[in-house]
Amino acid sequence: MERIKNLNKTTRSNIITFAIVIVAFVVMQALIAAHAVSHSIIGLLVPICAYVCMSISLNLVVGISGELSLGHAGFMSVGAFSGLVVASYLNASINSVPLCLFVSIVVAGIFAAIAGFLVGLPVMRLRGDYLAIVTLAFGEIIKNLLNNLYVGMDAKGLHFSMKSAQALGMDGGKILIEGPKGAVGIPQLSSFVAGFILILFTLIVVLNLVNSRTGRAIMAVRDNRIAAESVGINVTKYRLIAFVVSAALAGMAGALYAMNFSSIAPKKFDFNTSILVLVFVVLGGMGNIRGGMIAAAVLTVLPEQLRFIGDYRMLIYSVVLIGVMIVTNNPKIQRVLGDFKERFRRRGNGAAQEVDSLEGGASDE
Amino acid sequence: MSSDVREVKGSQSVAATEKKADALSAEKGKRDASTGGNVKMVPVPSDSIVPERDANKSPVLECRHLGIDFGGLRAVDDFNMMIGRTEIAGLIGPNGAGKTTAFNLLTKVYNPTRGTVLIDGVDTAGMDISKVSKAGIARTFQNIRLFNSLTVEENVRIGLHNQIKCGMWSGMFRLPRHWASEKEFHNKSLELLDVFHMAGNANEVAGSLPYGAQRRLEIVRALATNPKLLLLDEPAAGMNPSETAELMETIVRIRDEFQIAILLIEHDMDLVMGICEGIAVLNFGKIIAKGTPKEIQSDQQVIEAYLGKQDDAKDGE
Repeated sequence: MERIKNLNKTTRSNIITFAIVIVAFVVMQALIAAHAVSHSIIGLLVPICAYVCMSISLNLVVGISGELSLGHAGFMSVGAFSGLVVASYLNASINSVPLCLFVSIVVAGIFAAIAGFLVGLPVMRLRGDYLAIVTLAFGEIIKNLLNNLYVGMDAKGLHFSMKSAQALGMDGGKILIEGPKGAVGIPQLSSFVAGFILILFTLIVVLNLVNSRTGRAIMAVRDNRIAAESVGINVTKYRLIAFVVSAALAGMAGALYAMNFSSIAPKKFDFNTSILVLVFVVLGGMGNIRGGMIAAAVLTVLPEQLRFIGDYRMLIYSVVLIGVMIVTNNPKIQRVLGDFKERFRRRGNGAAQEVDSLEGGASDE
Repeated sequence: MSSDVREVKGSQSVAATEKKADALSAEKGKRDASTGGNVKMVPVPSDSIVPERDANKSPVLECRHLGIDFGGLRAVDDFNMMIGRTEIAGLIGPNGAGKTTAFNLLTKVYNPTRGTVLIDGVDTAGMDISKVSKAGIARTFQNIRLFNSLTVEENVRIGLHNQIKCGMWSGMFRLPRHWASEKEFHNKSLELLDVFHMAGNANEVAGSLPYGAQRRLEIVRALATNPKLLLLDEPAAGMNPSETAELMETIVRIRDEFQIAILLIEHDMDLVMGICEGIAVLNFGKIIAKGTPKEIQSDQQVIEAYLGKQDDAKDGE
């Protein structure tokens, strides 16, 4: 405990974030081994991991870089579809599931990064609300492009078309992506362990980036654009870096997500998904990576757990969402909580230190 | 458009005069080839002034006919200025005279409508704000612009951005370069904060500092970019007399330690007259007087600009 106290505030906070992820993983694994979790929850594990990654990656744009992006699901879908094409292609030749998954997730990240770069070039000329609207439009454009994408695989290799399945000119083989119907017969390679590793990877990338020269430049641009320029920071470059890295991570999460299901359609990654991820980030606190992760996990589980109340499920979900937003932003409630913490801190030395380290982590984000 | 045309014309006329000059010298060469080498060359008279110690070094900043229009308003017009290597210069003038606008022109926050700015002999045409910073001008702002959510040390580290390099990948995957550069960042930023005895506040959030400390932090951050010329926009605003006195000392100390030039805008005349070597007075966007503090204090036009014409005042009464 003493050593943790001596560490730098941000380092301490990052360690806590990693600890939460690892503990959650270990506890889940133990519960699964003990058959203590329902099937519906087990089915949700990979989507939770994917959404946690999405939340972390969007936080890089919204919280750290300070731009409101409404098209994040677009990059997720680019990653999802490029990832599953690669996975289907490799699945025939590579026997090892982890290797195949790894390669396809990496390729998904690269494709999403390219998409992020192409979208970012025009978008980074804009600011604020205009940027938000244009990212929204690009999200829809990506969705519609994928709606017209046909990919097939036969003995000769991969075939692409933007017209129809017939236009692929296939010689037998298998259609991987069929326009609006999406992909069917996806190799289901994703697993909870893979999701856990991807979360760790995403966290490492984002937290390391934030606490480096590049990350400081990104935050400087967010805090004061003119001042950042006046100390010689190339504003466009650093905004673009944040945007592209975030898109790449979203693409990886998308690949993980897609390979959890046997079929997936482009319409899964529409505006609603972008907003859902944004809700995670806002609910967890913009720039607060840990909060966003927890929000993603809770809000993915909640609708499933509310199934027993049938039709009122989404109503309750919305009410909970509104309630949490109001409560966490109410100054009176915040003050009561602050007083409570203060009282807790004064009690005894040993207990106080523990609270301190937790609080310190929470407040510096 | 019009400026383009003017440039073209200008270059043509330069070419023409060069040709003439060539022809002339050729003729002269023929006439008295024997005495050609004996002509005495003398310095050209100039309206610019620099401290004597900087006289034989190239000036750090030179502005020629700098100007900007906002619609029909000539906010700054025919702004000529030269600043020596280690000069502490002052830019004063009544409110709304265009002082901050001049700073914004020098740092390219605004693009000049006319004229040129040379930083250490390099033309800033076509540069943006960040390039001007790399070329050697650092500045502070009248309304403080810190990175409020970051700590004091991080603010200075961001100032050091172009001094210490470390690529994105090294940072992202914690390669050895990252650790080496972070150590350098840490040591250098504490060293710089020590100029204002602020190393003890390194871990405080910049936005929560008292006003005077925020102003000082802004100066430290500007210094971190390793400038040749430091522009201070009202550094003493909001400071009490003892803080101002300390600031004056520090400004002189910065000049001596870092061997840089400083140009400051200030309304506190004790500060300006106390430390500035050359002073320019701006009124309605034009420089109305240049000189030493003594010359400025007795300049009729300056007194009129600040206090109004005596005759007018009498007429008014």
